[in-house]
Amino acid sequence: MTSSLPTRAALQGLIVYAGFALIFLFFSAMLWDRGFLSAQNLTNIILQTAPATVLAVGLVFVLAAGEIDLSFGAAVALAAIVAAMVMRTQGWPVGVLAGLATGMAVGLVNGAIVAYARLPSFLVTLATMGVIAGAAREMSGLQSIPVTAEPFIAIFGGGSLLGIPSLVLWTIGVVVVGHLAFRETRYGAHVLAVGDNPRAALVSGIRVARVRLSVLVLSGACAGLAGLLYAGRLQAARYTLGESDLMTVIAAVIVGGTALNGGRGTIPGALVGSLMMGMLSNGLILMGLSVSWQMMIKGLIILIAVAVSLREPNR
Amino acid sequence: MTPVLQLRNIRKSFGGVTAIQDFSLDLHAGEVVALVGDNGAGKSTLIKMISGVYAPTAGDILLDGQPASFADASVARERGIEVVYQDLALADQQSVYMNLFLGREPVKGPFGLLDRKRMIAETEALVKELDVRIPSASATIRDLSGGQRQGVAIARATHWAKKLVLLDEPTAALGVAETARVEATIKALKARNLAIFIISHSLDQVFRLSDRICVLRRGQQIGVRETAKTDKNEIIAMITGVAA
Repeated sequence: MTSSLPTRAALQGLIVYAGFALIFLFFSAMLWDRGFLSAQNLTNIILQTAPATVLAVGLVFVLAAGEIDLSFGAAVALAAIVAAMVMRTQGWPVGVLAGLATGMAVGLVNGAIVAYARLPSFLVTLATMGVIAGAAREMSGLQSIPVTAEPFIAIFGGGSLLGIPSLVLWTIGVVVVGHLAFRETRYGAHVLAVGDNPRAALVSGIRVARVRLSVLVLSGACAGLAGLLYAGRLQAARYTLGESDLMTVIAAVIVGGTALNGGRGTIPGALVGSLMMGMLSNGLILMGLSVSWQMMIKGLIILIAVAVSLREPNR
Repeated sequence: MTPVLQLRNIRKSFGGVTAIQDFSLDLHAGEVVALVGDNGAGKSTLIKMISGVYAPTAGDILLDGQPASFADASVARERGIEVVYQDLALADQQSVYMNLFLGREPVKGPFGLLDRKRMIAETEALVKELDVRIPSASATIRDLSGGQRQGVAIARATHWAKKLVLLDEPTAALGVAETARVEATIKALKARNLAIFIISHSLDQVFRLSDRICVLRRGQQIGVRETAKTDKNEIIAMITGVAA
């Protein structure tokens, strides 16, 4: 009864770290002569994964609450495009607010339908994903919208503070605040309770509908921020932004140790999962594989990783 | 002494169907009253009215002599009524102490961070007092046995109940030894001077635990008997409507 062995769930939480180490060692051995281990390349991996990590933090809340968001990738593009367009006439601070507001508005629509009309979030966000992606194409006319505001590019893209790149600071900030909110506040506890047993949460006085709404708004806000980070780094907004993040981010979060059906989640795990996915892309590119091969290998590795981390303990 | 809970001529109908008609009962502090009846007799409906899930169609509920109108379950909780649900209403993947404080987590500091130390300390004190044998306050619910889970659910109700604990089939899913443990816990509640209203299918248990027995048949209150002055045959006759 009083065994001190770690539980299966705790062991599964460690898989992401083992996977991360394994992939790191593999690429280090294979690519030692191709600059994989150079400080510049390793920094690059972190910079490139910054938007995905921000999205992953939002998704941990959504999955932990027993919901899913499929629309965040499309919301990234729309938020970036809105921000870039508003910025041209209204200045960059207004553009930033417009971008974040766009992400949150998407989340609010998703959340209101899921929480109050009680439609499954899978279907709701699948549908809104289509609407948003279409809107992003329509608004941008399939064109890239350049971003030229220097302060914006410094803050959300290539700048740095005390020698630390701003994208790294954003990553650390979002992960730390997200982790504290998730682990150490009543809100985080209520998110987990709603995802674990909604009826128990309800009879315990937790406002279940409000929690469901809030996690989707949070995910939308993260999509807005990720859109700004893309626009800052690439100095342009385009409807394809965030397109490939859907699969990568969901995989990163699940491999990180967050339950797909609610009640369990970890933000440090999602961070490592996200870095692992970024490292994978980076290593495959350095190995000189074509994009089509990269897609196939990445898909397979995600399949294996997800299969290993999702296997329920026999009970 | 004013009864903790008074039910006066309670009636509940759903559309045209009457689930409970003209039910009246007083519950006193330190008293265990058992509610028995066949499936569909209306026991759960009655519990749900007391806990504020349903509003009665007619009749009054008085708490400490004051009329109570519970808008929803959280109001009943604020008035000191706790329910141990048949499905326990525990969050399986969370720890024992998080479940004990579910929806009422204490916080500290300017950022409102969870006060885990306090939750763990209070949980440990409580499980010790009620003699609920769990590995630790940080154990995950899904790793506990059925009896241990039931113990946690009862401990939670005990921790928050100021007046009344409603127990819906507290031992239905348990083995003999675990049932005995839960019954001991219920007796500990009685010693705390709470009023206890328990639904049970096991007449043996009802006779072991209760001071009075209230029988419900097809929504009708058949009668209330003092446990010491009745026997199983009489209660069975009242439940089934067949003379013994």
